[in-house]
Amino acid sequence: MLQLTDEKIIWMEEKANEIRQSIIEMLIEAGSGHSAGPLGMADIFTALYFHLLKHDPTNPKWQERDRLVLSNGHIAPVLYATMAHAGYFPISELKTLRKFGSRLQGHPHREFLPFVETSSGPLGSGLSQAVGMCLADRMDHGKYSAKQFYCMMSDGELEEGNSWEAIMLGAKEKLQNLTAIVDRNNIQIEGYTEDVMPLEPLKQKWEAFNWHVQVIDGHNFSAILEAVGQAQAEFSKPSVIIANTIPGKGVSFMERKFEWHGKPPKGKEGVEALKELRTLEGKIKSEHA
Amino acid sequence: MLNPNVKLNSKLFDTDVEQQPIRKGFGEGLVIAGDQDKNVVGLCADLTESTQMHLFAKKYPERFVQVGVAEQNLVTVASGMAAMGKIPFTSSYAMFSPGRNWEQIRTTIAYNDVPVKIVGSHAGISVGPDGGTHQAIEDIAIMRVLPNMVLLSPCDAIEAKKATLAAAKNGKPTYIRLAREKTPIITTEETPFEIGKAQIFFSPPMTAQVGIVATGALVHKAIVAAQNFAEKGIAIKVLNISSIRPLDFEAIKDLAREAGAIVSVEEHQVVGGLGSAVAEVLAQNHPAPMELIGVHDKFGQSGTPEELIEHYGMGVSHIEAAVERVIKRK
Repeated sequence: MLQLTDEKIIWMEEKANEIRQSIIEMLIEAGSGHSAGPLGMADIFTALYFHLLKHDPTNPKWQERDRLVLSNGHIAPVLYATMAHAGYFPISELKTLRKFGSRLQGHPHREFLPFVETSSGPLGSGLSQAVGMCLADRMDHGKYSAKQFYCMMSDGELEEGNSWEAIMLGAKEKLQNLTAIVDRNNIQIEGYTEDVMPLEPLKQKWEAFNWHVQVIDGHNFSAILEAVGQAQAEFSKPSVIIANTIPGKGVSFMERKFEWHGKPPKGKEGVEALKELRTLEGKIKSEHA
Repeated sequence: MLNPNVKLNSKLFDTDVEQQPIRKGFGEGLVIAGDQDKNVVGLCADLTESTQMHLFAKKYPERFVQVGVAEQNLVTVASGMAAMGKIPFTSSYAMFSPGRNWEQIRTTIAYNDVPVKIVGSHAGISVGPDGGTHQAIEDIAIMRVLPNMVLLSPCDAIEAKKATLAAAKNGKPTYIRLAREKTPIITTEETPFEIGKAQIFFSPPMTAQVGIVATGALVHKAIVAAQNFAEKGIAIKVLNISSIRPLDFEAIKDLAREAGAIVSVEEHQVVGGLGSAVAEVLAQNHPAPMELIGVHDKFGQSGTPEELIEHYGMGVSHIEAAVERVIKRK
């Protein structure tokens, strides 16, 4: 892992803001899609693609790359936007999201966009695939393989039984180079997770399933990087980072509202959202949009 | 008479014909596939011995993963392994995999087009005493509608071994349907097997009056029925369809053209199975009257395999009656 400087943190904060703007722009253009989750995960995706992941956007099939599985495929806009900003494909292509003939399907499809590690959308099966990747890698390269395996998950998808099947197997196999990152934003389509189906005590549940657990502020770059570092220092268990995030982060009228889980900004909402992001919540005056 | 070109077991009409569970051929084939390619790995959901994966697990413990009673995890973990270059064989009972985990198979295996092999043992009603919960008679229907999926349904243990070896090399998502019970050995090591090809197993010397298309454990009964007709001077051809997807359109069209009437035979619901697949080919290419032998819109129940085959109308006498019915409709 590269050394983290204050300059790099500021740079990543700015990059995450650009990614949030791209997310809003692509959702406006698409006219459908998910807003809250992608905005909430922009900081973590930025930290991964611009600091943590061993990867090469110019050589996406590089065998020695780390693997990042997106389990909750509906937050595809943040994956696409981050990958475009990282150089996997042109940023201009983001505006094809959800359109006929686009590589950027509503939910990621590996056949159309081979840079993603798997197709996803139906919830609860991404962690299993990350476990499988990790197991296969261990068969070939042993327990201390240089690769890291990440699975990005939502909190709501922990209501899927399949998730807990994967959690059990990951612990049984002691997959120490596997890190799950749960987007603990407390919302799902129909409401707040604790109303729809309570997940708490979530930390204790993962601990009881023999995972190494950390709970962090998912918008604090130092905390994100430190937690991933801790996860990789754990040599006997797989790790989960429960990242407390604000759904809709960066756009005040979307923040913390489950109603923004599955819809895009429309008309004036989009203009407002972009204005807020471009002026950093009014802190910057030079708004041209 | 038996088609001499496909070199079948000459003793298949004997009362003491050798019998083996079809799943046994899978178990033996997987070990050979594992010998041939180190990327072949095995995953099982707590049914290692009864699906015959224990042979592989014993020889290659480092390439075997026991996932516990968790069929959704079984196939999704396999998908992840395939993404890393492995050729995963997953096994359980057909009722649970692909019965329980169909969406995971669709999204993470078929949609991703990764070479995971879903081996469903204990398919069909001949599972017997376990009863209807354990008798998968809908699995062909749910698997043959999936793009990218290959669907193999071998007729005996020897063909199951060949199907396993072929699946290990085909680079595609593949479902292999296996039966639990001892089944007469029909083929030999020399019998040709190719994914996408059907073979005429029984072929009288004159023009056939009816063509039987059969798959899986009932192929033997279809051949016996055809032999009984041959002894009465009525010519019936039997086409063994072990590759249900891709389906050998040409062989089916040729048979319909020659015989002008078809009977399908399978241990599966008549809706959505082999009979439906063949009917789709006929309707679009060479319409011909057809009778479908299989389970007609019912669930199974406990009983001996033979009792159940008779009760649900899939015995030799039922096949013969269907042949007589379809001749009248020509």
